[in-house]
Amino acid sequence: MTNGNTAENDTAGAVNLITCTINNVEARVPEGSTILEAAKTVGVHIPTLCHLDLHDLKMVNQVGTCRVCMVEAEGRWNLLPSCSTAVTQNMVIHTNTPRAVRSRRIMVELFLSNHPKECLICERNQNCELQSLAAELGVREIRYTGPRFKTHKDSSSYSIVRNAEKCVLCRRCETMCNEVQTVGVYSTVHRGFDTVMGTAFDLPMLDTACTFCGQCVSVCPTAALTETDDSEEVWAAVSNPDIFVIAQTAPAIRVTLGEEFGMPVGTQVTGKMVAALKKMGFDMVLDTDFAADLTVVEEASEFMHRMEHGGRLPILTSCCPAWVKFIEHQFPELLDIPSTCKSPHEMFGAVAKSYLARKLGKDPAKIKVVSVMPCLAKKFEARREELTEEPAGADVDYVLSTRELARMIREAGINFGALRDESFDDVMGESTGAAVIFGTTGGVIEAAVRTAAAWLDPENPSPVIDFKQLRGIDGIREAEVAVAGKTLKIAIAHGLGNARKLLTAIRDGEASYDAIEIMACPMGCVGGGGQPYHGNNMEVLKARMEAIFKEDAEKPLRRSHENGQIKRLYEEFLGEPYGEKAHELLHTHYQKREQI
Amino acid sequence: MENAGNGNKKLRSWDDLKKLRAGEMAKNGEKRTVLLVGMATCGVAAGARDVSEALAAEIKKQGLKNIDITATGCYGFCYAEPMVEVRVPGKNAVRYGHVDKDLAGEIVRRHLMRGEVLDKYVLTQEVTRP
Amino acid sequence: MSDNYGQVRIALRNCGVIDPEKIGDYIAQGGYDALAKAIFEMTPAEIIDTVKKSGLRGRGGAGFPTGLKWELSGKSEGDEKYVMCNADEGDPGAFMDRSILEGDPHSVLEAMVICGRAIGARQGIIYIRAEYPLAVKRLQKAIGEAEELGLLGDDILGSGFDFGIRLYLGAGAFVCGEETSLMNSVQGGRGEPRIKPPFPAQAGLWKKPTNINNVETYANVCRIILNGWEWFRQFGTEKSPGTKVFALAGKVNNVGLVEVPMGMPLRHIIEVIGGGIQNGRKLKAVQTGGPSGGCIPEEHMDTPVDYESLVALGSIMGSGGMIVLDEDDCMVNIAQFYLKFTAEESCGKCTPCRIGNRRLLEILEKITTGGGAEKDMIDLDELGNIVRDCSLCGLGQSSPNPVLSTLKYFRDEYLVHVNDKRCPSKRCTALLRYFIMPEKCIGCTVCARNCPVSCISGERKKTHVIDQARCIKCNTCYEKCPVNAITKE
Repeated sequence: MTNGNTAENDTAGAVNLITCTINNVEARVPEGSTILEAAKTVGVHIPTLCHLDLHDLKMVNQVGTCRVCMVEAEGRWNLLPSCSTAVTQNMVIHTNTPRAVRSRRIMVELFLSNHPKECLICERNQNCELQSLAAELGVREIRYTGPRFKTHKDSSSYSIVRNAEKCVLCRRCETMCNEVQTVGVYSTVHRGFDTVMGTAFDLPMLDTACTFCGQCVSVCPTAALTETDDSEEVWAAVSNPDIFVIAQTAPAIRVTLGEEFGMPVGTQVTGKMVAALKKMGFDMVLDTDFAADLTVVEEASEFMHRMEHGGRLPILTSCCPAWVKFIEHQFPELLDIPSTCKSPHEMFGAVAKSYLARKLGKDPAKIKVVSVMPCLAKKFEARREELTEEPAGADVDYVLSTRELARMIREAGINFGALRDESFDDVMGESTGAAVIFGTTGGVIEAAVRTAAAWLDPENPSPVIDFKQLRGIDGIREAEVAVAGKTLKIAIAHGLGNARKLLTAIRDGEASYDAIEIMACPMGCVGGGGQPYHGNNMEVLKARMEAIFKEDAEKPLRRSHENGQIKRLYEEFLGEPYGEKAHELLHTHYQKREQI
Repeated sequence: MENAGNGNKKLRSWDDLKKLRAGEMAKNGEKRTVLLVGMATCGVAAGARDVSEALAAEIKKQGLKNIDITATGCYGFCYAEPMVEVRVPGKNAVRYGHVDKDLAGEIVRRHLMRGEVLDKYVLTQEVTRP
Repeated sequence: MSDNYGQVRIALRNCGVIDPEKIGDYIAQGGYDALAKAIFEMTPAEIIDTVKKSGLRGRGGAGFPTGLKWELSGKSEGDEKYVMCNADEGDPGAFMDRSILEGDPHSVLEAMVICGRAIGARQGIIYIRAEYPLAVKRLQKAIGEAEELGLLGDDILGSGFDFGIRLYLGAGAFVCGEETSLMNSVQGGRGEPRIKPPFPAQAGLWKKPTNINNVETYANVCRIILNGWEWFRQFGTEKSPGTKVFALAGKVNNVGLVEVPMGMPLRHIIEVIGGGIQNGRKLKAVQTGGPSGGCIPEEHMDTPVDYESLVALGSIMGSGGMIVLDEDDCMVNIAQFYLKFTAEESCGKCTPCRIGNRRLLEILEKITTGGGAEKDMIDLDELGNIVRDCSLCGLGQSSPNPVLSTLKYFRDEYLVHVNDKRCPSKRCTALLRYFIMPEKCIGCTVCARNCPVSCISGERKKTHVIDQARCIKCNTCYEKCPVNAITKE
């Protein structure tokens, strides 16, 4: 291959097609295609482990470390990794020779010889890529009996647990963290058999610059990276008669929870979810969407305040806790531009333990708020000191991920599919379509624009509700929105690597915007680190996004400020949006952190 | 670099290089005796520094003039380090192996002063150079 | 050129001849004339053509044609290109490159400038292990002297051509001798290999076209440029022209460096140049290529030394380690020694090298400690082949060679270990048993008093006995016995 026997070029500029033979079938693929890609075009399946290609999100793990996808090519003395070897003209490839098949199986045997093999009690049981691979390849014995690599478990953070003994060193987390998210927490350290995916100086995760976005967990093929499990504490709270437990559910989980119960991707299960939570024993089941509407009202007010009083622009949305931690570590000099609004579930908690507590006649200290979120960073966020107010305690007491909630529903023996729809409880349960779209990239800013457009021109409210120029899946999007004779310059980024690009441009004065939405997770909360495993399938993420916009379109009210319960909240309790009481309960501040 | 203070040493052409070479070769042509001590890692590890110092001390003690002690690299006979090659103008170069401080003294006293080759310690004698 | 039993000194031409710390010595030997010729009389294409026609192949181990490498990096488009020298010599017992850098640093510098001229690069980097302080010091001195004379730096010899060289010290990871790992290391990353292609010639250091050769390869270049490719081809064989430097070590009488024309039989190197085996023992095998190489048994000693012949025997030329083994060496033990080295030095990136080598080593340990079975030999063979076939870089691809070659040529020795639980060469201590010979024992109690586990009993002036069940085979009694009454078998 070194001799670069150049294929006959067709015409300059056009994509050159290369012909190769895979298992005696001819394939014609664009130059540069890998053997794996070429095999797909002729219906040949090659098992893989480390490989991952979420092309639209620029998350491509093509490191060739696992050596599972090895194939034979005529004229080559060794086997080739199909995921990372480009086909060459007239290459003759065999994927299923005894030699290739045996190599693959032995590779998996080697993995298993160094694996705890506690599948029955593992978090990823029946949802593990290594387990599936062993099954697919029919591994029936492990000939190698040497000791396993042993190391300690890192449970230091409130969000992510690292169990390197289950790691297969596929490097997906490293690629995700370093290249896609540009956070750089992970790095392979030590040598040989002692090689481990670690943090700098072996720091506990809590002390690193980790944003707890959980994207590493999303792509981990095994249980080497999992969420911190808070279900025990939640069960304990729910079963304690002295404690009034309120559940709140995030916008993005009602379109994904069904996946955990075998429903088609994108199925809306709001009613079943509420029913399940009530069956589990929560005293009230309310909607974070309500708080999303509240956030829009506060944030739009803050935005207008900054515009009218010459405040600093752009304003950055602040509802994503991973993104907030990212800016604290990476751009401490820009801490005055994010909105001071708490994230919706934190606003919810603060209101629940004040307004709602008074309404219910309950002692705030005896109320526990449990958020069900698509997110692992919210677990860390809930522990922030600035989001705690004595005597009520933390605004939010526990955060469960979508996956944890699904586990708890199964644990409780609830037949989710057969549940009859129920509705959120009557206070703090109403929401608009604007809140729904918080669950996907561009949604928060679109929600804010819907309200701002109405407020800026109250005489002549814009008939437009769908700001489609803000939608899409490009990592960084820019749009101009004409509102009341003004043009708002808006930018949207999802994925922290894209956020870094935007922030760098802002810091260096190379870009100016009025408002920016940033979501740490690629695709926003539908792709959150706490969501059901997407199986490395981009279509899953797209279907979730579509489901979100569908739900929005079906809502009778689609602008946050039209939410009746929100209006009542201001009238009865908060007073003015962005006013004194609102500041006390709904806004926060940020802290500079080390860039480790 | 271009205008360094002592930049006048810079060679500006191939001719400059050739001139420099001619000068260097003329130096080598001078009637001087040279003691080459193997000072690669193998030599140093075997004690070549001590040998080099012993040679210098003995030369000084005996009051000999026009003798250079030069370090050189590894000739390949690592098993026989420390090695000393004695180049006396007009004579075959003689390479001694397993030289220690005592032998260094003997080389100076007997080979340099009396022209006596210490056969017992000779590794090679027929070294001709291009 | 001196003739030492058929040796030809091209790469080592100045080693042990000139003072490496005096550029004048080097220039007096014709130094920097090749550079001048390359700059003033040759076009880049002519330089590459000369190196190509000379047939010079990479001396770092794999034997890739050097001229072709230069041509590829020359053709690659790039605003910046690099010339790198791989001086991360790490094979146990190999020190060819160190000697060249310590004895003749300018020969490498000059060749790198020529390469820069040929491929259109202006920057050179020598990646050298920090464990070579003397070589580092001499290189620094040489670079300084060459810069002072305008043989390095801007406007070399008034030609308008600029080329600078700097050193990069490696931290001692064996895998950084692999070229892409080396580049990662220079870039401040973890020393681990990249997937090839792209090759360094297309996207190397900082993803720029990079030519990387090892020290000895460069050391040949100046003579080829000066004397022409036809001159170079008079040495060596058709497919492997020129010479190769070997670090001759082990049980041979004359341990040291030799430079021989390719194609010379192994036997000549060992028996004539190396002066035969120490203490009149019998030659058993030669280990070439270090941890990546294999063991060639005595019956193949008439094999000519060149790239293809050694590979055909299951070994490799490698960077030039040549360790001579005699009848006292246990081949299973040797295989275990090398595998332990590679298993520890694996970067851990790919599965076969990270886990496979460890498992291979464990099987070998089982065999050398008496727990082996014949099935283990089958597993060794199968897993060894898979590690070789599936590993990502040259380290893993070659790491099973010591195991596979000994399994092939010394199968009987494995069988004795496995079936009789015995080490014929008495090297595998766990398989040894210590006895006190009653006819020699004088009952002095020295052995009993020194035994760390007190497993020797006996009264004064009476024969002592070793309790085999408790003996830990530490060899202490054997060393302490004043009358050599202890035997091991």
